Amino acid sequence: MLAYLVAVWLLLVGLYGVITSRHLVHLVLCLGVMQASTYVLLLAIGWRTGGAAPIFVDIPPRTPVVDPVVQALTLTDVVVEATVVAVLLALTVQAHKRFGTCDPDALGALRG
Amino acid sequence: MTVLQSVCLIAVAVAGTAVVLTRDPLRQAVAFGTLGLALSVLFLAFGAPDVALSQIVVAGVAVPVMVLLALAKIRVEERAARDEEGDG
Amino acid sequence: MTRRVRIVLGLGSLAVLSGLLVWGVTGLPDLGHPRGPYADLAPRMMLDERHVANAVTGVTFDLRGFDTLGEEMILFAAALGAAVLLRAQRTEHEAEAAAAMEEERGPGTADALRALGAVLVGPVLLLGVYVVVHGALTPGGGFQGGVLLAGALLLVYAAGQVAAIRRVRPVALVEVADAVGAGAYMLVAVAGLVFGVAVMDNVLPFGTTGSLLSGGTVPVLSIAVGVEVTAAVTLILSEFVDQMLLRHGDG
Repeated sequence: MLAYLVAVWLLLVGLYGVITSRHLVHLVLCLGVMQASTYVLLLAIGWRTGGAAPIFVDIPPRTPVVDPVVQALTLTDVVVEATVVAVLLALTVQAHKRFGTCDPDALGALRG
Repeated sequence: MTVLQSVCLIAVAVAGTAVVLTRDPLRQAVAFGTLGLALSVLFLAFGAPDVALSQIVVAGVAVPVMVLLALAKIRVEERAARDEEGDG
Repeated sequence: MTRRVRIVLGLGSLAVLSGLLVWGVTGLPDLGHPRGPYADLAPRMMLDERHVANAVTGVTFDLRGFDTLGEEMILFAAALGAAVLLRAQRTEHEAEAAAAMEEERGPGTADALRALGAVLVGPVLLLGVYVVVHGALTPGGGFQGGVLLAGALLLVYAAGQVAAIRRVRPVALVEVADAVGAGAYMLVAVAGLVFGVAVMDNVLPFGTTGSLLSGGTVPVLSIAVGVEVTAAVTLILSEFVDQMLLRHGDG
């Protein structure tokens, strides 16, 4: 239960950071915190009490293991969302070049 | 739920809050690296070594580097803009 | 909408959201008892039928291979997006800027950092290749190994050899590698059609568990993904580095 609550807390704290952010890069990293909450939730769902890691190199084939499906989803997620953060940072750099500021409140109206 | 998992969960929650509450992006990059490290220990405690490996490399190396490079670029631009204002 | 109004509204809706989330979370099954047959079936199928020791890699590239195809395309698109965004304004200034930067940085970088960077590049490369190829046997796989390999390039940059980077990663080669990796994954996926079974089916011989060639298409896909991830992350990082090196001389 603590795991689920920590996931919820991370999501809320990240969202609070996004809402009250004053710098675009700070906003992007708060988004990263929200991503972390999904990883925690996924892995907590797959956890089996007393289960081993799902790698059968040196354990007998029928030992109870944790759920490998959620782990597969999470691990591709981790790498992919890092590249999404990269795109957001590239957008930040371009926004700064064009508007001269990194403050989301000052970026305001679309032009042209 | 083992004691190790509970401790790791608390550490992750604290690290996440620290990342959000650190307003300066430069310091926040380091805090994010710490969050990544805490997350990877948590993943190990939950029996997921593949995910932990992914998380260590990505959140400890790739993301802080990208943030630092973006911040450096922003600083270069700001300095150039200030120089132009100073001359022109 | 002023900042104050936005924050008040935001905090209000956060409160409502937290209530809903906590209510939803209490309805989940107890921690430690995953419901659903998938959790038991997947490791058994991976070990017995596909002879893959690492159930997670097996699930990533075989059972849920279609999802991984989508994720790989996200990666490709993100690298493409970052390259397009950051390459928009590049002029001749960059060549002299790079040279100037090199001289500036030369004496600045600590010798210990340069030595450590130079020494570690080889082992990290080897580790990355090991992790990619042994994806089906030990914790690892294309994604982790790919990022490790891109990290080896970062070490070259940290060792202060900006000029060396330009020789080591001609941008065209990195882009070609990215496309080749993504294309190879697609080809293997379509290979199922060629062999007369469904798309994304595991069509190569399975081999014995624990040997390097076990698992059919799983190590092949792992290598394709490794190439693609390395190239994508390298492309993104080098675009950022190039941007940082540009003097502000353009529009």
